[in-house]
Amino acid sequence: MATDGSGEALKVEHVAKRFGGVTALADVNLRLARGEVLGLIGDNGAGKSTLIKILCGFHQPDAGKIFVAGEEVVLRSVDHARSLGIDTVYQDLALVNELSVYHNMFLNRELVRWPLLSNRRMRRLARQHLEDMGVNIPSVDDEVAKLSGGQRQAIAVARSVYSDARILLLDEPLAAMGAKEGALILDLVHDLKARGDMSVIIIAHNYGQILEVCDRINLLQHGAITFDKATSETSVKELTDLVVAEYRAARTQKLRAGPQADARPTPRR
Amino acid sequence: MSDTIEATERVEPAPAGRPSRSILRRVGEEFLRRREASVLVVAVGLGVYFASAHPAFLTEPNLVNISQATAPAAIIAAGMVLVLVSGEIDLSVGVVAALAPFNMHYLIDYYGMPAIPAILLVLLISAAIGLLNGAVTVFLKVPSFVTTLGTLYLITGVVLTTSHAYPVAIPPETEGTIRTWLGAATWSTLIWCLLIVGFFHVLLTRTPWGLHTIAVGGNLLGATEAGIRAGRIKIGNFMMVSTLGGFAGLLEAFRINTIDPNIGGGTQIMFLAVSAAVIGGTALAGGSGTVLGAFLGALVLAELQNGMNLIGISANPYFLILGIAILVSMIANVYLSRLRRAGRV
Repeated sequence: MATDGSGEALKVEHVAKRFGGVTALADVNLRLARGEVLGLIGDNGAGKSTLIKILCGFHQPDAGKIFVAGEEVVLRSVDHARSLGIDTVYQDLALVNELSVYHNMFLNRELVRWPLLSNRRMRRLARQHLEDMGVNIPSVDDEVAKLSGGQRQAIAVARSVYSDARILLLDEPLAAMGAKEGALILDLVHDLKARGDMSVIIIAHNYGQILEVCDRINLLQHGAITFDKATSETSVKELTDLVVAEYRAARTQKLRAGPQADARPTPRR
Repeated sequence: MSDTIEATERVEPAPAGRPSRSILRRVGEEFLRRREASVLVVAVGLGVYFASAHPAFLTEPNLVNISQATAPAAIIAAGMVLVLVSGEIDLSVGVVAALAPFNMHYLIDYYGMPAIPAILLVLLISAAIGLLNGAVTVFLKVPSFVTTLGTLYLITGVVLTTSHAYPVAIPPETEGTIRTWLGAATWSTLIWCLLIVGFFHVLLTRTPWGLHTIAVGGNLLGATEAGIRAGRIKIGNFMMVSTLGGFAGLLEAFRINTIDPNIGGGTQIMFLAVSAAVIGGTALAGGSGTVLGAFLGALVLAELQNGMNLIGISANPYFLILGIAILVSMIANVYLSRLRRAGRV
């Protein structure tokens, strides 16, 4: 695994974030190589969403450093992160049901021949781009309301990829998705990986499915990465055991400490 | 069809057998898919019915009547559609229409301004009222229904207080060319109406502004995440409808040759514009609507009022029919869009 500056898309060093009295992230160290797909797993409240919101510029960390392509950066806003090539596909996808697929693909990045929209060009490019990415949808003219969850997700991903993103953050792309639709997303990530220039972080609650597309798995527990292994060196069983062990440990601790231990606040997702 | 992933299942083989029938069917389906289709059918149907019911309906003077009843509502409706599509509503636009000719009267007769700069300043004042509506709604997060309800009464108060509720004459400086062009000539209001409807139709359907308006009304959070400045879009639309309100008020004053505090009937013209938009297929919830449909909606309302008058039905059942028309078109709108979503139309 390349760890020198040139091959590194993203590096996070000792990042911490507190919300009031709650420590969401204690000390996160993470690296993402160019062209790598990293699976970020962890239980609810482990800090996954906080970490992603820091990486996409939504939250600013209290401590720690972030490097993009080897250079230290301070991500001031979502727009700023986007300008550095970090694009996020949110769980809500940010699609407008009432608009066609191609208008959604170009939302706020419309092609214009002043003062009118270049609909023909956007339609053609959207169709071509979706085809290149292997996303099959009935027609780019359809309103996205007509599409299935998987197709909508695919369009949101395609839009981010098309916007020259170099680092893609997928926030629980498989949540609330059927097996067939999940497969569509996983295929999409496979294709991105094959391109080699796109680095991806997939946040997942259920890691069974994402294991097959990820190069590496990081486990986030209580605001720190506690496990970092190449996918080939781990297994679903090992990960399951880890999480179950964590659960058992927490339970034992709770039983020993008595009921007041329940008061430990968990950061909201 | 909604959960197919493979596109290939959707591609239907081109019908080779009877091309003429399939073209007809495709034209028919394309027609049905357009939101304006149903209201166009109603507008034409009403025209045919009233023309056969009374010989005077299709005479030129009567068509002028209909055009003059359609125009102010349709002009305001054009802007109202944009406001509605972006997820807001403007109740104050009708009294902005009443205020505008008075502002012109004050500027010309009291402050000695030349006519054309005065008219331009009147439109600017109207836009400023829209800016106020938009700013209070967007920045202070007051629902636009409440914001514009407030400005509706506030402006009514301004009009009645400053005019002492008496009509005044059109300023003599505007007699002649200006008056002729801005409403007094026979087809003047209709021509302005068609120009404005055409412009706003293109604005909504073919420009980034229109696209962002739909996005903001359809998915506010998503549009914001995509980087669209939703507040700017909403405020801009409030300013446009308010300016159109002022312009429609000026046209009306020049047409009837009096500046009357009751121009537009107070809230009446605003409700007509909202009705026209709704009958034309604009959803109050935001995200969808058509300017052409609103124009046709205004035409349907004018036809109804005019035709019922001609065939001797008193003005009172007009409201009965207007009410039914709004309910039926809204129910049909909701039902049809559900069908469209399901991919059946």
